Amino acid sequence: MSKFSRRKLITSSLAVTAGASGLAVAARLAQRYGLIPPDASGFYGPGETLTYAAQRLLTRHSFAREFAPSQVSKPPFANEVDPLGDEFKRLQDAGFVDWRLHVDGMVARPASFSLAELRSFPVRSQITHLACEEGWSYIAQWNGAPLSHILDRVGTLPQARYVIYRSFQPDWWESIDMADALHPQTLVAHGMNGGELPVAFGGPLRLRVPRQLGYKNVKYITRLTITDSLKPFGKGLGSASPEGGYAWYAGI
Amino acid sequence: MASPRHSALVRVTHWLITVAFLALLVSGVEILISHPRFYWGETGNVNTRPLFKLPIPSSRDTVPTGYGYVLPDQNGWSRYLHFQAAWFAVLTGLLYLVFGLLTGHFRRNLFPARADLSWRALATVIAKHLSFRSASEAEAGSYNVLQRLTYLFVIFVLFPLVIWTGLAMSPAIASAFPAAVTVLGGQQSARTIHFFVSVFLLLFLLVHVVMVILAGFRIRMRAMITGRPAKNTEPR
Repeated sequence: MSKFSRRKLITSSLAVTAGASGLAVAARLAQRYGLIPPDASGFYGPGETLTYAAQRLLTRHSFAREFAPSQVSKPPFANEVDPLGDEFKRLQDAGFVDWRLHVDGMVARPASFSLAELRSFPVRSQITHLACEEGWSYIAQWNGAPLSHILDRVGTLPQARYVIYRSFQPDWWESIDMADALHPQTLVAHGMNGGELPVAFGGPLRLRVPRQLGYKNVKYITRLTITDSLKPFGKGLGSASPEGGYAWYAGI
Repeated sequence: MASPRHSALVRVTHWLITVAFLALLVSGVEILISHPRFYWGETGNVNTRPLFKLPIPSSRDTVPTGYGYVLPDQNGWSRYLHFQAAWFAVLTGLLYLVFGLLTGHFRRNLFPARADLSWRALATVIAKHLSFRSASEAEAGSYNVLQRLTYLFVIFVLFPLVIWTGLAMSPAIASAFPAAVTVLGGQQSARTIHFFVSVFLLLFLLVHVVMVILAGFRIRMRAMITGRPAKNTEPR
């Protein structure tokens, strides 16, 4: 009996030690390969890390499904946003000629682009699905400049790890990792369903990241900031979403 | 000591899955009320004709429900909890699956004997259930054919299906495994199937608990917690 217990004790302590060191090694590797999301602290950290790490490993190079023109939703649906204010109205009345997209942070040449300049960049057109975390969705055709093209143009530094994007609306900002930022389907979108991007859908400029849910697709973007760490921004959780209780990574 | 009614691993994984399932249920309902409408195909929104609507209020004012009020939005923690509990359930399920295959748990305790699969044998068991006769001595130590078939269906059909349809709603997973979405009919179809499978799982849970109560709550709970078999130790 005592022999049996001792053997059991030794095997279980070996198993626990192996398990613990395995976890420690996994954590180090995950950190090194950028598999830990910025909101990994707290009670839901383990689940978020597993989701983000698993999806990053599975989807680094995968393409969001693209659809036929006949599958475009008519009419699409957009959630309402808070009132945009007088300043936005003034810009809108002038046809957004004064709208600027500023690019700063870890770049060789910080820049500021007008809508006309952005429209002159190579255009990618794609028909993709946009799903809201609430459960509804639509398919639309999007035109825009690939974010990777803009990042190339400003000379993103090699240590860059995230792109932060901010809305004209105060306190509305998000960020994505470089896997999504450099993905060919991630667009600074300025057109939808063959026309200009309507204001209800984020016009004049919206970030389209079709491998993530709607709330990562921030409307009315005015600034991109390239960074190697999300810690200094806001509460250090990566974007406004975790500050409001929602996950930073929205691939699910 | 006599061999336990349920092995330690079955007992531990049973209760871990119970905790995860309840967390998935609460958070799932919470997520559902932000859009209690269901569609078939790839897309669906309030401008689309739904397959059906649930007659409940919503946590979003954009959804026309006929109710004059909007429930509070709790999707943030609900989504965090849903996915964390899903990981917990899937990892526990994998442990159970590996264990079940290695130890012959499925073969011994869940696969029905060939003789029990005749219509006649099934009819006998069903008749017995319908007459609400309590379990016989022999049955207290193992499962009858209806229980075996039900557990197998839950483990090998409903659980895989609820995981698959859940993953099919993810835009990132859809990009990596597009066929996993298209064979279901689209992402909204996946959501609708996810809902129905969850309803079936909830029904299973309710019937399971009722059967445990009818068969002797204390004995069954003790068997699933300590593993102690029912050997006439309980007054009848």
